[in-house]
Amino acid sequence: MFNEESTSSPGMAIALEMTGVTKSFGAVVALRDGELRLRYHSVHALMGENGAGKSTLVKIIAGLYLPDAGTLSLAGNPVSFKTTADAKAAGVAVVYQEPTMLPHLSVTENIFMGRLPTSRSGNVDRKRMRREARALFDRLGVHIDPDRIADGLSIADQQIIEIAKAISMDARVLIMDEPTAALSPEEVRRLFAITRSLRDEGRAILFISHRFEEVWDLCDTVTVMRDGAYVSTSPLAETTERDVVRQMVGRDVDSLYPRGERTHGNTLLKVHELTSLGVFHDIDFEVRAGEIVGLAGLVGAGRSEVARAIFGVDRYDSGTVELDGTPVRRHDPLHAMGLGLGFVPEDRRHQGLILEFGLSRNAALAVRRMLARLGIITDSRENSLARTWLSRLQVKARALDTPAGTLSGGNQQKIVLAKWLAASPRVLIVDEPTRGIDVGTKAEVHQILADLTHAGMGILMISSDLPEVLGMADRVLVMREGRITAELSHEDADAESVMYAATHSEAVKA
Amino acid sequence: MSAIQTRPSQLTAGQRFAAVLASRESAVVIVLALLILVATLQNPSFLFGPDGVRDLLLTPSILVPLAVAQAVVLITRNIDLSVASILGLGAWLSASTLANNPGLPLWLVAVGAVVLGAVLGSVNGVLIAVLGAPALVVTLGTLYIYRGLNVLWADGKVVSAVNMPKEFLEFGVGSLLGIPNLMIIALVIVVAVTWYMRSRPSARELYAIGSAPFAATLLGLPSKRRVFMALVASGAIAGLAGFMYAARYGAVDSQAGSGLELSAVAAAVLGGVAIFGGSGTVWGAAIGAVLLVTINRALPILGVPDFWQRAVVGLLILGAIVLDRLLALRHARKLSEIREKEND
Repeated sequence: MFNEESTSSPGMAIALEMTGVTKSFGAVVALRDGELRLRYHSVHALMGENGAGKSTLVKIIAGLYLPDAGTLSLAGNPVSFKTTADAKAAGVAVVYQEPTMLPHLSVTENIFMGRLPTSRSGNVDRKRMRREARALFDRLGVHIDPDRIADGLSIADQQIIEIAKAISMDARVLIMDEPTAALSPEEVRRLFAITRSLRDEGRAILFISHRFEEVWDLCDTVTVMRDGAYVSTSPLAETTERDVVRQMVGRDVDSLYPRGERTHGNTLLKVHELTSLGVFHDIDFEVRAGEIVGLAGLVGAGRSEVARAIFGVDRYDSGTVELDGTPVRRHDPLHAMGLGLGFVPEDRRHQGLILEFGLSRNAALAVRRMLARLGIITDSRENSLARTWLSRLQVKARALDTPAGTLSGGNQQKIVLAKWLAASPRVLIVDEPTRGIDVGTKAEVHQILADLTHAGMGILMISSDLPEVLGMADRVLVMREGRITAELSHEDADAESVMYAATHSEAVKA
Repeated sequence: MSAIQTRPSQLTAGQRFAAVLASRESAVVIVLALLILVATLQNPSFLFGPDGVRDLLLTPSILVPLAVAQAVVLITRNIDLSVASILGLGAWLSASTLANNPGLPLWLVAVGAVVLGAVLGSVNGVLIAVLGAPALVVTLGTLYIYRGLNVLWADGKVVSAVNMPKEFLEFGVGSLLGIPNLMIIALVIVVAVTWYMRSRPSARELYAIGSAPFAATLLGLPSKRRVFMALVASGAIAGLAGFMYAARYGAVDSQAGSGLELSAVAAAVLGGVAIFGGSGTVWGAAIGAVLLVTINRALPILGVPDFWQRAVVGLLILGAIVLDRLLALRHARKLSEIREKEND
């Protein structure tokens, strides 16, 4: 096993160094200034909001993405990883948030795949492999049957297997990308004990987490990223949670958002103790007429899942959803639509639009029954409906039959909105309404949403864009790991309180 | 598939027996045995007639190698629909070469068919593994192209038994220790490929690639090379099956083996090879092929009308897949219950 003997004191040798690394995808800059310095004998935290560039940075170190510029060196030697195999060979292992197991293969094969031990004849040496797997699990103090297939293993066990894999190839740099996101407290304790022992063996560990308690419990150094760029690195002993949150958010949440005076009417949407086992639990909230309720939280907190359950796309185990006093049937989107519920999904390209269809046909999808005469929809009826909405939403397109897939993201989103507005819903659920669209169109979408509330619509807005939630929402609900951890009024909600509730289990209900 | 695998050493003899029964391969063997039993009870000559055992072994000897070839490709989460067309070209190559050069050693002709198959398979491999085109579409295309080449090459002619050397025809119907020669070749293929798929690191990588292609990329496996080789192997085996086809029937035209590609897929799926890759065994696919062929022979004996014979095969495939799905769902439910309990 690996041991960096000469460097056991703090001030330890540098294991991995990244400077000035950039990475763009088309016009989107995912990483502007990637900087990181990992030392042996250290657990280094990497923190930042969703979209801060953490994942891109990790994927560059893992050899999955090729950086556009910048340098990466391991133990002082410049390296350039073209494939994941290169990174592995150099001693870098990554434990992903959702480990990538080979579900049909045995646990043992999962550990050794890519470098299966062979006997002299060149056959896979199953005995040796099993023995080594057992030894690894004994060392990690876990009981996983090496012969079972990986399918059905808990996330925690899958991560242990990833760690076993890393140890077996004697990785000197171990990257753990939000490993605790799906773990129970007991599993987190086990993982931390293992992580500490790996650190004591001299390995350099990068630990990505949104949970402050965990970072302060486990790590010694923290690097903060924001908007695809490096912000700071400091020893944890010399910094506070408050500093880190400020560095993560790092910008003034201004009031550029159209709010105006809103009068809230009666309750339109009432969600009571909605539970889907293992996904979200006891979700309770209301949306009133003329109100925007923001649903904040980190990616993976269960926000979209709640929205999909309310709209009837996904099943849930218990709880009720009512629209203006009428119960919405489970798992029946048509019923929800009939009652006046609209849903603009997160992934507009896959869930919101039929990309090959023209604009007017897309816009008419949600109301096709209403449009039909004797079961037949004519183009002229579709077009007249589309013209009304597309001009009201200022969609920029050449013709009504332009395929939706050819439009910009912002215009696509407007068409999805048009589709639902044509059905004149009473409550509209929007999931990440402005993700990936330009600033100008974003403001237009915000104005549309504000106008809709003035007309008495209730809106549930899921958004990972903190300024957007703070600017637009009359009330902010914060979810963390499938539960609502805070409900903040527009006045009480600020970046820090939302971030705190999104990352801490015991949060205040204001 | 969906079976929960546990360490054999922890199981009682009874549990181990149950686990063996639960595997798809043994289920197919049992169904096959029952089928033979029932058909023999109905008409004893099915097994005990002068050619009973011989027919039982000889008839599947062409489909077995094709099913093996298909299984190797399916395991990588790809498909090879061109196997029957490659078989056709292999058969035409063997028959026409031997008709024109009666003195050639048979093994040389067989090697020629294998090489031709490998070349045709490598065309599939380049398009699928290197260019990243979907296997379904690529091999659907080459299915037609290869058959078209066959039509062009055969030019409307038929090579019949009278044109072929006696030695070749005798080899096709001959047997060794009561086992038909062609079945011996098929068995050698099954044993060799089964051994390879179980024991060699590169073969385990084929399973890994089919099980989770993205994970295979993260692991740094040479996915392209492996998938390419799987298609070359499939083509080579199909080419050899063409040689066997010519030997068995003694008459070859441009349509030899036409339609067998779907039988090969059906045999593999029936034998427990997952259509989405990552699981199943080659010998399972082989035994699936034997079952498929034997059903077609047994159903008329059992008095099942012609019309229903294909439907029965279809029902068998659907039944097998529905059963898998049910087992998988039960398995998933059990696991999520366990996890809920652990978390409370």
